[in-house]
Amino acid sequence: MVENTRARARARTQHRVLVNGLRVAVAVLLLGSWQITTDLGWVDPFFYGKPSGIAAQLWTWVTEGTAQGPLWQQVATTLQEAALGFLIGVALGIVFGVALGRIRLLADVFAPYIKALNAMPRVVLGSIFIITIGYGIWSKVALAVVLVFFVVFFNAFQGVREVDRVLIANARILGASERQLSSHVIFPSALSWILASLHTSFGFALVGAVVGEYLGAIHGIGLMIATAQATFNPNGVFGAMLLLAAVAISAEFFMTWLEDRLVRWRPNTITDVSI
Amino acid sequence: MTAHSVLGDYLATLEQALRFSREEKRRILLEAKDHLLEDAARDEAGGVASDEAERRAVKRFGDAQAVARRFAEEQVPVVTLRGVTKNFLTPSGGVYTALHHVDLEVRATEFLALVGPSGCGKSTALALISGLESPSQGEVRVMNEPVRGIGKDVGYVFQTDAVFPWKNVLDNVATGPRFRGAPRDDANARARDWISRVGLSGFESHYPHQLSGGMRKRAALAQTLINEPRILLMDEPFSALDVQTRTLMENELLQLWSATGSAVVFVTHDLEEAISLADRVVVLTAGPGTVKGVYPVDLPRPRNVAEIRFQPEFARIYREIWNDLRDEVQLSYERSKRNLS
Repeated sequence: MVENTRARARARTQHRVLVNGLRVAVAVLLLGSWQITTDLGWVDPFFYGKPSGIAAQLWTWVTEGTAQGPLWQQVATTLQEAALGFLIGVALGIVFGVALGRIRLLADVFAPYIKALNAMPRVVLGSIFIITIGYGIWSKVALAVVLVFFVVFFNAFQGVREVDRVLIANARILGASERQLSSHVIFPSALSWILASLHTSFGFALVGAVVGEYLGAIHGIGLMIATAQATFNPNGVFGAMLLLAAVAISAEFFMTWLEDRLVRWRPNTITDVSI
Repeated sequence: MTAHSVLGDYLATLEQALRFSREEKRRILLEAKDHLLEDAARDEAGGVASDEAERRAVKRFGDAQAVARRFAEEQVPVVTLRGVTKNFLTPSGGVYTALHHVDLEVRATEFLALVGPSGCGKSTALALISGLESPSQGEVRVMNEPVRGIGKDVGYVFQTDAVFPWKNVLDNVATGPRFRGAPRDDANARARDWISRVGLSGFESHYPHQLSGGMRKRAALAQTLINEPRILLMDEPFSALDVQTRTLMENELLQLWSATGSAVVFVTHDLEEAISLADRVVVLTAGPGTVKGVYPVDLPRPRNVAEIRFQPEFARIYREIWNDLRDEVQLSYERSKRNLS
């Protein structure tokens, strides 16, 4: 028995080592072949860049700063826009989602408008925001808010609608007022839906910020990409992409941490599909 | 007969202490009188002077207030359904009659079981008593008041898990008092008391998903009983439990109930469970539900649910009720078969 368990534990460790080894091998293979083919001139680094060029570009940004100023300032600007857009969008989404989920009349009145707004490709609003709000961070925040709002709104709305009828009946019989029903039953129940939407919506907030910067800005990672594109600098585009990926992954870790704090009552849920 | 003079006191007590209709008071008094007269007569026949006989009879029954209360509490129905019909609209636009002209009374401190085939409106009856639904016709009264919305005298244990998954056991049990305005410390102290009464001490900070099905049911019981409902409604509460846990919970329920003095309306499709627990068993017909028969269960208490079914009297009552129930179950089965084909 014990022997058996030990053998299984050993097999699991070996499997983990194998997986990690293969992962590194894939990265080396991809980056290596990119590097070699561009070095040998089979692929033109003028169009496709090359790993060593990207590394050099990142190093330049870190040590000498970018064309728009120091690197940290660009990252901080984009983060600030995304975070503000995220917070405002989430707050609005939850308020409207819960309100429309709870109040039938509101839902019936606003349903066609929300559907129409949702059907529209909202990124085009970025141009309007830049015209009306200007080149500063708030036009990007506005775009991020619009993108985040709908994701959170639909989840909150659905979450409120999906609350277990038995739980509502139980709370009523135990003596809950309408307000207590909202705060003790409906909101906590909808919270898992809302939190599920937060993972995706921070991604949307980043998209809003970057696209907004693309369209016109003074600072930001989006602007760095736009500049690199305008100067035919593929290494710059890839470098900025790497920065964005790093920002998104750190945000994802933070979100998972937050979720674990907020819904401790949940059984071990399947934490995202891992691919 | 001198016992009459005592009744005057009883009447005064009833007037002050208890609000009942004239008719109900009359019935209570007549019952009390009968008992007193019987007792006094027995003593007198035994050669005791009539004054002394009266004194002894009164002594045996306790003081006037206690007697009046006891009779009142035992006799007055806490729940009355009169000519109750409940229709539902089906999704296809038709009308489905769940209950049809149901007359039913539940007396205080009584354990009443409602049995019937599936779809006979048993749960609907509970929803009507609780105020979650209102009748299409007829009248539902709880504590002598017509039901308008959810009343504070009713507790409800649901068939499925109804404890809040985002609250731990302590918060779940304390929910009722908190909703009803008790300060947090007070509510928590009462919750701890009830948690220990249902045998969940040590699990206060566990969340429902960390408990077994039986433990979740215990938490649900504590959550409901902490509000001290006069009427406890239970909708097949133990049907999802395994047989051993179920018997255990049934015994615990009887113990808890005997300490509360509330009325229980227990819905089940399991006739054995109904007879082991109840004072009276009401059989409903296959939908639309009407009352087909009411059977008193005169098995002694306290009962041990695990063993009571071996008593010959249990078997006799079972056979009697089953004769009635069988046709309804058959009918309901035939119908469901027809609906499928």
